Amino acid sequence: MGLIQLGRHQKDGDIDVITTTIERAVNWARKGSLWPMTFGLACCAIEMIAAVSSRYDMDRFGAGVFRASPRQSDLMIVAGTVCRRMAPVIRKIYDQMPEPKYVIAMGSCATSGNIYDSYSVVQGVDRFVPVDIYVPGCPPTPEALFDGILKLQERIMQKRVFTKQPEQVKA
Amino acid sequence: MHPLAERIKREFPDGFADAVEWRGDLAVTVKRDAVHAIAQFLRHDPDVDCDYMVHVSSVDWPDDEERFEVVWEVASIRKRHRIRLKTRVPESDCQVDSLTDVWHGANFMEREVYDMMGIRFRNHPDLRRILMPDDYAEGYPLRKDFPLQGKGWRDTFEFLNEKV
Repeated sequence: MGLIQLGRHQKDGDIDVITTTIERAVNWARKGSLWPMTFGLACCAIEMIAAVSSRYDMDRFGAGVFRASPRQSDLMIVAGTVCRRMAPVIRKIYDQMPEPKYVIAMGSCATSGNIYDSYSVVQGVDRFVPVDIYVPGCPPTPEALFDGILKLQERIMQKRVFTKQPEQVKA
Repeated sequence: MHPLAERIKREFPDGFADAVEWRGDLAVTVKRDAVHAIAQFLRHDPDVDCDYMVHVSSVDWPDDEERFEVVWEVASIRKRHRIRLKTRVPESDCQVDSLTDVWHGANFMEREVYDMMGIRFRNHPDLRRILMPDDYAEGYPLRKDFPLQGKGWRDTFEFLNEKV
């Protein structure tokens, strides 16, 4: 990715020069320490839990420090069916997260409502919070969730830190 | 007929309506006015001794004259038997006696029936909606004439306009 270019001193081989931009360094730090918030709403949560456990080990991507508080997290993985009665709670929790923050809609339900075309189920979390990455599947495997996290990390690397971001799409 | 059904028929000749046994399941249909008395009999009679309220549910039969059916399923932990108690409720007078005073376990489950089907339970200690919000105004979602996708509530997000 050309993130950090290492210059080696010819004489002893020790690293003494690192060239990069501050923006890249900040983005690199951000993508490498995503703190997700536990937000399991239904069966997808089981796969999310499996993704953190030893067999899959989400910590390899720097996204394993699950927090139970929105104030300590910067990634919300909405895993499961979103009922309309839960919607204001999700929005409030999203509002409580510090910037920069990201949302992954995990599974068909959080993405589109899945088969639950019913009176109580919201047809996708993107109706009321901005979603960065959609992970399809019912439920998605941990590998699929990792793919979403890696895609999110690619996105984070493209963010502008010191120049103004284009206006985010309102829900 | 199942001996338990015989017993109910003998004790309550006016309240008893029908008994069906299918694959070992006994379902007794009774008249609406007799529900509470029969429930107390099932609960306190030493030979029946149904001390456990398993489930409360309801059925909507839109074409029938008495449109709704309320179903209580009770079991005896000691005697190891179970009875399904059914009664019909017309739409015009949509209420039935609560059995919460007989089995406390019926409390939340009767609230769910009220929430989903709109059947009111007389003498219920706390008859409020339980799954839907208290201010939900679209009706009773499990009725057959309720549209599957609701009446727009699921797509309204009024909290997005609130100033924080």
